[in-house]
Amino acid sequence: MKPAPFAYARASTLAEVFDALETHGDAARLLAGGQSLVAALNLRLASPSLLLDINGVAALRGVTFADGLLRIGALTRHAELGADPLVALHAPLLAQAVPHIAHAAIRNRGTIGGSLALADPAAELPACVLALEAVLVLASRAGERRVAAGDFFQGLYRTALRGDEVLAAVEVPPRAGASCTVQELARRHGDYAIVGLAAQSLGQGVQLAWFGVGAVPLRTPLAEAALAAGDIAGAQAALAGELDPPGDLHGPPALRLHLARVLLGRAAAALKGH
Amino acid sequence: MKLDLSLTVNGEAVSARIEPRMHLVDFLREVLDLTGSHAGCEHGVCGACSILVNGQMVRGCLMLAVQAEGAEVWTVEGLTETGAIAALQEAFVARNALQCGFCTPGMLVAAATLLKANPTPTREEIREGISGNYCRCTGYHAIIDAIEQAARA
Repeated sequence: MKPAPFAYARASTLAEVFDALETHGDAARLLAGGQSLVAALNLRLASPSLLLDINGVAALRGVTFADGLLRIGALTRHAELGADPLVALHAPLLAQAVPHIAHAAIRNRGTIGGSLALADPAAELPACVLALEAVLVLASRAGERRVAAGDFFQGLYRTALRGDEVLAAVEVPPRAGASCTVQELARRHGDYAIVGLAAQSLGQGVQLAWFGVGAVPLRTPLAEAALAAGDIAGAQAALAGELDPPGDLHGPPALRLHLARVLLGRAAAALKGH
Repeated sequence: MKLDLSLTVNGEAVSARIEPRMHLVDFLREVLDLTGSHAGCEHGVCGACSILVNGQMVRGCLMLAVQAEGAEVWTVEGLTETGAIAALQEAFVARNALQCGFCTPGMLVAAATLLKANPTPTREEIREGISGNYCRCTGYHAIIDAIEQAARA
């Protein structure tokens, strides 16, 4: 199908983005990588009256490391994320997630900011920033506010972003030397995961963030504690009380729970193998 | 609403005035009459519209034509004319790597992209390289054979 008609404008500064959001409200949509939004336009699942292309906003670009924080600009494309030396050093979990995201052509356009702002429950990056205990920087005319990843994802495709805000960057506390792994089960490579797990261990701590198991990405603190203590079977058993996955065309909830236990076993082996 | 668009397609400067809702593969097919790139699913799944924009493979259906302002676009027509994919095309014919041919332009772009980054891929790497491109005829094995043959040529 073809998109319904819309007006199109390019922003080159954040001020222009705020102007458009103020003038057009919900009728405007921000266009970053477009790998979900343009598909939604083509399918007429979205029909904004204005599409504001933010690809030219320099303030949303770039990866930097300063004052002990890795800052990843919202417009960082998946392929850039996977190739960036600062990301590889300080947040290897994100680099490891990239090959799981769709396919090469999509990774060349899709952005981390777009993926987080869309908040698809089966997407990799929302779970990764949750495991990394990252902070999302939301910009509006009033300034920036910072929201922990755990508070950002609020429901199915629902986030803490307000109508006058744009997701500007992700700030990640450095995890140099962390063991990490991204595990997922999908029918075909590149498909959205039936169940996925972003896992990291550093020192005594283990972080497990699940995707595809509910409306938002989830941490499982009891399983984390068991795994940190070396009790893999205990961690797998704890999942029954911590995950309540939905049933769908892939199978009933019990299947997803079983697959989650399988992934946890694989993740434990991968973390140990590092 | 219509917007002016200028870009380079297959090495030639092109200008047009188009609606912003037109995606890039429709622009190539309907405005420029470059019908080699195919519009299949139009939501980024099938890969038949794969083209090169500024040297990178993208989905032509997931990029608006107006977003290609100033860009350098290459399609299967241009890649054929320059001979850039000649070895692949020859191998596709030799190995029977197409039947209906609908996926072939996208497959060639994906295969060329793969071989540029990795000139001697394993079969597993070839599978991964074309995993974003659907073929409903061949069962893929012949396509993998062809890409492997082109890589060895």
